[in-house]
Amino acid sequence: MGAPLLEVRRLVKHFARKQGLFRAPSVVKAVDSVTFAIDEGEMFGLVGESGSGKSTTGRCILRLIEPTSGEVCFRGENVLQFSAERMRMARRDMQIVFQDPYSSLNPRMRVGDIVEEPLVIHRLGTKPERRARVAELFELVGLEPGHVLRYPHEFSGGQRQRIGIARALALNPALVIADEAVSALDVSIQAQVVKLLLDLKERLTLTYLFIAHDLRLVEHICTRVAVMYMGKIVELGETRALFASPTHPYTKALLSAIPVLDPDAPRQRIELDPTSFEREAPLREIGAQHWAAV
Amino acid sequence: MNEPLDPARDTPFDSAHDKPFDYAQGTPLLDVQHLSVTFGSPTPAVDDVSFSIARGETLGLVGESGSGKSVTAFSILRLLQPPGRITAGRVLFEGRDLLTLSEGEMREVRGAGVSLIFQEPTTALNPVMRVGDQIAEAFLVHGKASRADARARAVELLEAVKIPEPSHRVRDYPHQLSGGMRQRVMIAIALACRPPLVVADEPTTALDVTIQAQVLELLRELKARYNLALLLITHDFGVIAEMADRVAVMYQGKLVEHGAVRDVLRHPAHAYTRNLLAAVPGAR
Repeated sequence: MGAPLLEVRRLVKHFARKQGLFRAPSVVKAVDSVTFAIDEGEMFGLVGESGSGKSTTGRCILRLIEPTSGEVCFRGENVLQFSAERMRMARRDMQIVFQDPYSSLNPRMRVGDIVEEPLVIHRLGTKPERRARVAELFELVGLEPGHVLRYPHEFSGGQRQRIGIARALALNPALVIADEAVSALDVSIQAQVVKLLLDLKERLTLTYLFIAHDLRLVEHICTRVAVMYMGKIVELGETRALFASPTHPYTKALLSAIPVLDPDAPRQRIELDPTSFEREAPLREIGAQHWAAV
Repeated sequence: MNEPLDPARDTPFDSAHDKPFDYAQGTPLLDVQHLSVTFGSPTPAVDDVSFSIARGETLGLVGESGSGKSVTAFSILRLLQPPGRITAGRVLFEGRDLLTLSEGEMREVRGAGVSLIFQEPTTALNPVMRVGDQIAEAFLVHGKASRADARARAVELLEAVKIPEPSHRVRDYPHQLSGGMRQRVMIAIALACRPPLVVADEPTTALDVTIQAQVLELLRELKARYNLALLLITHDFGVIAEMADRVAVMYQGKLVEHGAVRDVLRHPAHAYTRNLLAAVPGAR
């Protein structure tokens, strides 16, 4: 395999908190020197709890949030140096599916127009060609092409998420960032949408950055996984190795907290002791394709 | 993976392990009989649901959105908002049918007999009231303590739910606490009047998994300490496996399976339960 499709190097995003009446100005290090690479065709999981910086990382890659520093190389080119116009072009290849199928679709637009909009923005095709493409996309994600004139509220949560996926796929991207894309769905609907994502990956040779807090799901579908904690990646490795032998204290605590389906499984909950690790420790290789900040 | 549901074959209560309540042990703490609830549409939201909970027992009520599990819980406490309406059934709590009580008598039952923990502590707590006062309010409403006494007991309760430095935290407002801490405050309020039954509606769904583990651990400890019975409503079979003695599965307003947690998880009898378990990521 050649160079990775996406390479994120020392990505940093600091949010400044302005000085308040009783508060000194401060800086929140939401993403604090994050480095990882995703190969073509990979399903790469980025996991962490709320506030860990995983979603900010995803948005910085697409420059939906402007990172403070670092590099985001897509097919070898650092997109952080692109002009606004060039970045718009680059986004044809990098798309995102958001978590909330209720707030991420414009309620006043017909769903066919929602899916068509990326094609309009990028001035692709004639009106009939775009309409044909929308019908094709509807079919691809398992929606009834006859429903293009409906509004989002006429669809269930799972169907809305399919509309969001169709919109992301409209421009034939190479990389799809799925930001908690199935988290808001019921478990049986979630299984169907996950199956669709995996299906599309094969059919369209997609690469995914799968951002999630559900470790059971990530273990099930991702080839490699990175664990984020307080803005840093604390452990990264092949999914099987990482789940079999978690090394960083945070990963251990996180994995031990997952409720298991077996009522008789021994429960050994590991509490995180923040003094048990060095926050600034760099990632080092602890096994084959397995890194931890210990 | 998903087998189609066949209504003819998969009738409600075809469960092999459903055993009727053993009345030789005495009356159950809560006995819901043939409860039906409508919101005005032709299909009822809750359709002829029956289950019981013994003292100190945890019953997990599991289902997906719209299955009627939360509506069932709210009906037990008679907290349904119109157009929701109970059309049939009885809710026997300590032998009394809650559905026949006056609103005044019902207020006595809520909090002192049965209390409720909501999913979202942020919206369930009053944002402009100190958490200590919100806990004290539970005592005062039920006339169980004087004002000074209620304050002191609020501190004790915060200690019971393992909030560090409880004597300082009583003066905090909800926004000063983390999500996990807020849920602990909710639990403290629910336990204030020592009810024998707590209804917990997705108590950990809004929490991160490490915080969820801590809150579940706390619930387990408090259950043992106060011999609490728990009606635990969740969509997460993992939480059920960790917490429940028995489990009832709801689908489209009906109870489709009901039994000991080990039996249901290992040998689900109803096709819907099998589908639901198969959909859990990583389940075999």
